[in-house]
Amino acid sequence: MDNRLLTMDITETNMFSIIQSMWLTFLHMFHKRETIQYPEEKVKLTTRWRGRIVLTRDPDMGERCVGCYLCAAACPVDCISLQATEDEHGRRYPEFFRINFSRCIFCGYCEEACPTYAIQLIPDFEMGEYNRQNLVYEKKDLLIDGQGKYPGYNYYKVAGLAIGGKDKGEAEHESPPVDVKSLLP
Amino acid sequence: MPTIYIDNKPYEVKSGKNLLETCLSLGFDLPYFCWHPALGSVGACRQCAVKVYKDEDDKKGRLIMSCMEPVNDKQRISVADPEASEFRANVIEWLMTNHPHDCAVCDEGGSCHLQDMTVMTGHAYRRFRYDKRTYRNQDLGPFLNHEMNRCIQCYRCVRYYRDYAGGHDLEAFASKNNVYFGRAEDGPLESEFSGNLAEICPTGVFTDKTLKQHYTRKWDLTMAPSVCQHCSLGCNTIAGERYGELRLISNRYNGEVNGYFLCDRGRFGYEFTNSEDRIRQPFIGRKPVDRTAILHEVAQAVKDGKVIGVGSPRASLQSNFALKKLVGEDHFYHGVSDNEHDLAELVIKVLKEGPARTPSLHEVEKADAVFILGEDLINTAPMLGLAVRQSVKQQPMKQVTNAHIPAWHDAAARELMQDSKGPLFIATVNTTKLDDIATQTYRAAPDEVARLGFAVANLLDPTVPPVKNLPKEIQQLAGEIAKALSEAERPVIISGASCESQSVIKAAANIAWALQKKTAQAGIVLTLPECNSLGLAMMGGHRLNSAFDCVLNGHCDTVIIMENDLYRHGKASVVNEFLMKCKKVIVFDHIVHATIEKAHMVMPAGTFAESDGTLVNNEGRAQRFFQVFEATDAVQESWRWILQLAALTGNQKITAWKNFEDLTEAIAKEEKLLAGVERVTPSAAYRVAGQKIPREPHRYSGRTAMLANISVSEPKPPVDPDSPLSYTMEGFRGLPPSSVIPFFWSPGWNSVQSVNKYQDEVGASLRGGDPGLRLIEPHLNGRAPYFTQIPEIFTPMKDHLWTVPLHHIFGSEELSVRGDAIAKRAPGHYVMINVDDAVQLKLAEGQNFEFEIEGQPYRLPVTISTSIPRGVAGLPYGLPGLPFVDLPAWAIFKK
Repeated sequence: MDNRLLTMDITETNMFSIIQSMWLTFLHMFHKRETIQYPEEKVKLTTRWRGRIVLTRDPDMGERCVGCYLCAAACPVDCISLQATEDEHGRRYPEFFRINFSRCIFCGYCEEACPTYAIQLIPDFEMGEYNRQNLVYEKKDLLIDGQGKYPGYNYYKVAGLAIGGKDKGEAEHESPPVDVKSLLP
Repeated sequence: MPTIYIDNKPYEVKSGKNLLETCLSLGFDLPYFCWHPALGSVGACRQCAVKVYKDEDDKKGRLIMSCMEPVNDKQRISVADPEASEFRANVIEWLMTNHPHDCAVCDEGGSCHLQDMTVMTGHAYRRFRYDKRTYRNQDLGPFLNHEMNRCIQCYRCVRYYRDYAGGHDLEAFASKNNVYFGRAEDGPLESEFSGNLAEICPTGVFTDKTLKQHYTRKWDLTMAPSVCQHCSLGCNTIAGERYGELRLISNRYNGEVNGYFLCDRGRFGYEFTNSEDRIRQPFIGRKPVDRTAILHEVAQAVKDGKVIGVGSPRASLQSNFALKKLVGEDHFYHGVSDNEHDLAELVIKVLKEGPARTPSLHEVEKADAVFILGEDLINTAPMLGLAVRQSVKQQPMKQVTNAHIPAWHDAAARELMQDSKGPLFIATVNTTKLDDIATQTYRAAPDEVARLGFAVANLLDPTVPPVKNLPKEIQQLAGEIAKALSEAERPVIISGASCESQSVIKAAANIAWALQKKTAQAGIVLTLPECNSLGLAMMGGHRLNSAFDCVLNGHCDTVIIMENDLYRHGKASVVNEFLMKCKKVIVFDHIVHATIEKAHMVMPAGTFAESDGTLVNNEGRAQRFFQVFEATDAVQESWRWILQLAALTGNQKITAWKNFEDLTEAIAKEEKLLAGVERVTPSAAYRVAGQKIPREPHRYSGRTAMLANISVSEPKPPVDPDSPLSYTMEGFRGLPPSSVIPFFWSPGWNSVQSVNKYQDEVGASLRGGDPGLRLIEPHLNGRAPYFTQIPEIFTPMKDHLWTVPLHHIFGSEELSVRGDAIAKRAPGHYVMINVDDAVQLKLAEGQNFEFEIEGQPYRLPVTISTSIPRGVAGLPYGLPGLPFVDLPAWAIFKK
């Protein structure tokens, strides 16, 4: 290291720099303000902001989540827990779906893992609680009445499973069920 | 040993194998579908392509299917060759053109061979833009779910179901691109081994329907090595838990015992553990109390009363032993009927004192002549039946070997063998599901079966006393059987306790011993009624009837009944009187039954999933099952209750035992026949690199959320003081010792097929030897004297029917039938009689028939059979609601 620098007196070299800093600060008085009056004034967040997690519905308003457990497996803090079940017509959905937001790190891996666009992170961070127990969200707290960021997608329209209202062969890119009794080419 | 070069590296390999199994044994990741170690190769799926080179200078090579190519010395192959890799990727891509976009809603996902192979070959993006083929599914009964869209037409299911397990109702229908695997019409799959389709199918066409009721991915299960509790064979299982309930039983490979398969009773019988009838609280009278209250109350009763203990053939060695020590040796009674008590003792005598060894299931598969006396194997010891089904292929296999066709070349071998089968003789009371492969069958009363057996033994060794007044045709049959058995290299005689006849077992023993003089490898297999019948018998104790007498005569007034429903082992009137006379009836059990209803105090015991314990199977193999999860309520092992009780009653000896290990060591020390039982698994202090072996896979999810609804602060995970396994996902991730493998998983191999990585070589024993320790070895030099009591000819009696038990795989076993799926397959009550008897009695099919056995009245619908002998009636064994009577016995009917 240059020893000269250590011994140098501040007055003899950097007077100019201090004045420059003060000038810059002064100029900021005339700039647009970055500070906002939260909570009266809301923060503008981009659509890709990774905030509060919701469960969405498909265009027919059916629950998008099919209970595949991929979000839970992808979660690095293991804060998602659910149980899959199915209705009388074979459509799968979660019996319960729980996210412990006191553990969530909002990494968005669950959204990336989700094959049905059900789980989505939305631009909302206003989740503060006095009691940590209140950060445990159940399905009723998570499920919204909309499609979220990915409109139009309906997993069951592309899956081969027959559910109520969609029989075998009625999904996209499916031919009608094979007649197994036929030997015709 | 030949040397082969794989990608220019030399490997010493075993000859007689194919390249695929060789590569897998060497640790190469080579994708495959249609090949299975138990089914052999047919070369149908074209997935396992590798390059073979003519010699060192051959740079071009040619593609071959590795499963169809035998290993040759100096062979040069390449797995990594770009052309071979591309070929494999293309095959997967074609297979996937019709595969639905289902993984998210497919129960196979996460343990799917197709997923693994697709990732392995690198196929990730669908280029095919055209429509997918679809199929309609079938309802295949309570065990399996059918989703045909997912099929990749590898034919494994029908090859397993028809060729291996001998089923008839699963077939391949339609043609070309439309091939369909299913039944001719909806309905439950008839085979008792259908559940294996869930593991055989490389994708999600056949999946476990009971798992679907509470679906959990493989990665989310807390798993532990377990042993099946539903018959005496002791098949190894993996039991998986989630959210405090048992959710899945899957196969745990054991090369000596069950191999790759389980029967449906074993696979789906676990549902009783989640039954609403489970006892989860201690009770005094009908009042639920807490742990301390019941312990004090019971301890007081034990101190005050003159106590006897009734053990159980379905409880572990540890529980039975702890009870025996609590009440004292002289006050310990086996909770089985006197007949079954005697049969179990006879079995020990035969196995221990005789010169013939009892072979393992794997050795039965290799037997080249089998004679079954009195056992309907598919219903009493199903996996033994499956092993016998393989044994009839042994003799035709010689022809295959002579034609220089390797044994794994399944298509060619079957083509050559056609329908030829090795010798199998079945002498039973009623038809069995093995009759279709039998050389000869013989239907007769148990005594007649025994007479045939004695006649065979006499022909094999003239020092066995001859059977008098034997009809000519039976003599001829005996001659035929004796000839087939003496010509065999590894003959096996199978009998057991299910026809409740000592003579039958004695006849079987005589045959095996006579054979053993000629062929050293002759073996005898004897089945027993329950999972620990042999273990209990090896422990010593008194008959149940003497327990009844003891109380009825006023010598004792307090009884501890452990994991036992006395109404299944004693006549209702006697048991009623016994329980009434007892001042205090204390019952340990996990599920409500008739005896519990009469108990003064009930202690909630753990099922096998909530317990540690050791069982001894019919082979004398001691095997440990591990606790899968910690019960949240007052439920704990019977032996642990007893250890805690002993502390309160001041029993110095038991108080010295602190945990499972102390108890097991005490058993080994004090029970002469069970010496060595402490060596079955590594001790609780065992660690690999200082770490325990985790019960949970590394991708276990939801740890910080699953209990957050109760409290957001996660509880400390339970500690396991009894085993080297931990209840968490932290710990050693490599290969654990074979007896403590909690699940099969290997990088890139998420499905059960990963078992390849745990074996010495594909299809052989697990690394470090198969688990379990044989406690009974034959007395090789000793010559036990032949049994000489030959029963008289069975003569029907007027107005009487000789009633014998008929076993049912679904229904006869106490616990499995408490689950929904098994209960759905259980038969209704009936009594089976011969068609001639029915005509004489003027009874039509389904008509009610009234009779009495030893004072126990019955009124049951008649099933008419042409196979059951005249003068004999068959009564289903152990069906729920059917009163017990110690069979065989005469049924008296009023005209």
